[in-house]
Amino acid sequence: MKVRKLWSLMLALTLVAGLAVGCGNKNEGSDTTNSGANSGTAPAKAGEIYFLNFKPEIAPVYEKIAKDYEAETGVKVKVVTAAAGTYETTLKAEIAKSDAPTIFQINGPVGYQNWKDYSLDLKDTKLYSYLSDQSLAVTNEGGVYGIPYVVEGYGIIYNDAIMKKYFELSDKAVSVSSMADVKNFDTLKAVVEDMTAKKDQLGIKGVFSSTSLAAGEQWRWQTHLANMPLYYEFKDNTEYDNTILAGLASNEVEFKYNPNFKNIFDLYINNSVTKGSLLGSKSVTDSMAEFALGQSAMVQNGNWGWSQINEVDGNVVKAEDIKFLPIYTGVAGEENQGLAIGTENYFSINSKVSPEKQQASIAFLEWLFSSDKGKAYVTNDLGFIAPFNTFNDNEKPADPLAKEVSNWMAKDGIVSVPWTFAAFPSEEFKNVFGDALLQYAQGNKTWDEVVTIFKDSWKAEKAK
Amino acid sequence: MQKSIKRYFALFALPTVLAFTVMFIIPFVLGVYLSFTEFTTVTDAKWVGLSNYLKAFSNKEFLNALWFTVKFTVVSVLTINVFAFLLAMLLTRGKKGTNLFRTIFFMPNLIGGIVLGYIWQLIINGILIKFDVTLTSSANYGFWGLVVLMNWQLIGYMMIIYIAGIQNVSKDVIEAAMIDGSTRFGILRNVTIPLVMPSITICLFLSLSNSFKLFDQNLALTAGAPSKQTSMLALDIYNTFYGSVGWEGVGQAKAVVFFVLVALIALIQLVATRSKEVES
Repeated sequence: MKVRKLWSLMLALTLVAGLAVGCGNKNEGSDTTNSGANSGTAPAKAGEIYFLNFKPEIAPVYEKIAKDYEAETGVKVKVVTAAAGTYETTLKAEIAKSDAPTIFQINGPVGYQNWKDYSLDLKDTKLYSYLSDQSLAVTNEGGVYGIPYVVEGYGIIYNDAIMKKYFELSDKAVSVSSMADVKNFDTLKAVVEDMTAKKDQLGIKGVFSSTSLAAGEQWRWQTHLANMPLYYEFKDNTEYDNTILAGLASNEVEFKYNPNFKNIFDLYINNSVTKGSLLGSKSVTDSMAEFALGQSAMVQNGNWGWSQINEVDGNVVKAEDIKFLPIYTGVAGEENQGLAIGTENYFSINSKVSPEKQQASIAFLEWLFSSDKGKAYVTNDLGFIAPFNTFNDNEKPADPLAKEVSNWMAKDGIVSVPWTFAAFPSEEFKNVFGDALLQYAQGNKTWDEVVTIFKDSWKAEKAK
Repeated sequence: MQKSIKRYFALFALPTVLAFTVMFIIPFVLGVYLSFTEFTTVTDAKWVGLSNYLKAFSNKEFLNALWFTVKFTVVSVLTINVFAFLLAMLLTRGKKGTNLFRTIFFMPNLIGGIVLGYIWQLIINGILIKFDVTLTSSANYGFWGLVVLMNWQLIGYMMIIYIAGIQNVSKDVIEAAMIDGSTRFGILRNVTIPLVMPSITICLFLSLSNSFKLFDQNLALTAGAPSKQTSMLALDIYNTFYGSVGWEGVGQAKAVVFFVLVALIALIQLVATRSKEVES
């Protein structure tokens, strides 16, 4: 009897122990720490710094960087990557822990409002002084709380091979003969509609890739495309010289350039690979794949889309054929309009961790964006167009779309469109507008209803 | 034996009690507290009293979601239990292949909600594409899509519970009823159903609370499209929490209201069906 009791006790204990061990292991595993060789050589007062990464596609690069940095300086960098679309969720959970992220990112002035209690003032850091254009930073009452680390651009990506084929057709209905001549919406529309008429000759299924309107796949329209009419609207507001600030100050919008939005949106859905009523099932990946497979000639997206195009199996688009066209919507004077250039990636330092950790975090970022080794990572592996003056002209990423972004920025007389959508009131606003666009594409809502929803939602979300 | 169980009771209960406290009681209490505050993260919250609740109830989407959920729950609880009971009746007759069919009907229940949602999205869109529409074209498609999905997933599970109940009905009672000249329908109505009442209680409870709390399937199948017309309470809470800056507390308040609702409905249902249970 006594032996049996002992046995049962032991079994019970092992069970409990197993439970504890199991939990412990799981925690370790989910962190993807770089706990590697923490050799005793480095005392590293700050302990370790913790970087919560926003971009899953480049997570492995960050881990390599972290290892290298630890080897060089002895400071351990823990990199955790939030799955696509879950950054805010992950950040909310992680930052409440005792081992909170020391470096995280905010998506602009609106994101800063959410995280202002956690953002450290970075005014006196070297990192801030490196910025080639300090007005890009997220500031509030003289403090600097978010530092942009990558500049991105979006527009209409086109496949020049298909376009050349079209312009060589003897029976084309337009007078222009190269994409360089397409400088406004009317020309674009004429070209696109004629291409649709001749799509069999060109071997494409539609001029534009599917306008992805599935839930969670609408950001190219409800955020990026909506940027264009609002940029022009806020530009008309003469009280501000910056459209983002004008947007942040607007409790209501007129959406007066909505006919321009409708112009381009109609062009997208009427000349698409997919019928308008079926767009609700399409994702961004679908539409990038259509472009990569040569089924479409154009797709609206940003320079980050290069990796997606490149990764598609059976990709027929050559790197040298990938070009950018600004999004023309029929606004007067748009011949001078460039790509939409900006960022929604800003580094913030957690103000609630120890000062040592804050300093170590800043030092890591400064190393990444100013040392030769760090810069090489940024340019070659991360593929960032970094907005810092520590980068020379030859330290720019080499992928075709990033090069196109730089080309467009350098063109004389061309004015880039800033990412005014940084001033959009909330995710909720964007989703409501995206849903309305879906219903418009399916024919269940009129354009006037969409415009009303846009205005009402802006007002309601601003009032929250 | 009895004595030693008593002696080690605390030891054996400890892991569960610990887990229950850490995973359930603490988050629950914290959640209720947070519904009265404005917060970004759970560790720093500012007390704002009832304002979150006011916002939640004046929020049109919340009421829409509530109505949609109620409609969905009524339809799916009825269909799930009717079909599950019919299947259970069919599969307790000792026909050939009974076990195989039981297994097959049960299998959908082993697949996770998100996966099921995406599978059914593909299937339904694959059919609807012939008519040039998608699942998101109308809220009706989403509604019936959810009902079909929920039926497919839960019928097998409920069926197993009903089978267990039906098999427990003693042959003697049925024989006695037959001798008394009862019809087959009469036996079902007056003998079988009263005797499987405990199974019905459990099945109604499970299908009711599962339908009311549905989240993954909703998220994967429609994600509320078009324009949140198919978003159920749980999804609406999630969207409130993450959708607008500063509305975390409102989402939390909605969640508390949601909890009270589910608890209330489930309790009423339990009391109502329990009272109908009989001893054989």
